[in-house]
Amino acid sequence: MFSPSHFTAVLLFALCASTVFGITMRETPRRMLRYGIYCFVLFVGSAIALSWIMYFIAR
Amino acid sequence: MAATQNTSATASPKAPQGFVYLPLIAGWLVPGAGHFLLRKWGRGVLLTLSILGMFILGLAMQGKVYSDAHDILDILGYAGDLGSGLLYIVSRVLGLGAVQVQTTVADWGTRFIVVAGLLNIIAAVDAHNLKTGRKPL
Repeated sequence: MFSPSHFTAVLLFALCASTVFGITMRETPRRMLRYGIYCFVLFVGSAIALSWIMYFIAR
Repeated sequence: MAATQNTSATASPKAPQGFVYLPLIAGWLVPGAGHFLLRKWGRGVLLTLSILGMFILGLAMQGKVYSDAHDILDILGYAGDLGSGLLYIVSRVLGLGAVQVQTTVADWGTRFIVVAGLLNIIAAVDAHNLKTGRKPL
């Protein structure tokens, strides 16, 4: 059984999802790459931000 | 008259040839196949790797493959799983995936499998849009 850490799972999820989003939502390769990176940063960044928010709520 | 000429001049070269739903159906059955049919090799390979990888990661995490639906959340998960096309059918036939989620990692795996199906639907619709000319090749 593959048991990644929560953050590794977030990275894998963000990588796969942003690849598909980049290819399907934009028309030129350059814009696909930029949009894919943008989605990846948003996925990972929002996960980190929400984690810190939940950390402070739980204290 | 001029309007008629413009219409015919713009419509004829962009009219899709053949069965326009073939990339949609092929893309749904096999991730990336719709783009391969349109000779978009690079995009097809990346889509195949992403969707197939996500599905396999979900199975490796002992994620649940929905086989029936008892409540609204099960129905949504089942619909997402069906988006994977042949991957879903093969995993059901081979008995892959967990019947019940027992660990936190398995719960993430279940989400990976469902989202892989949803992403596959997006990719198949993209292939259809390329075929019909709604999105430039």
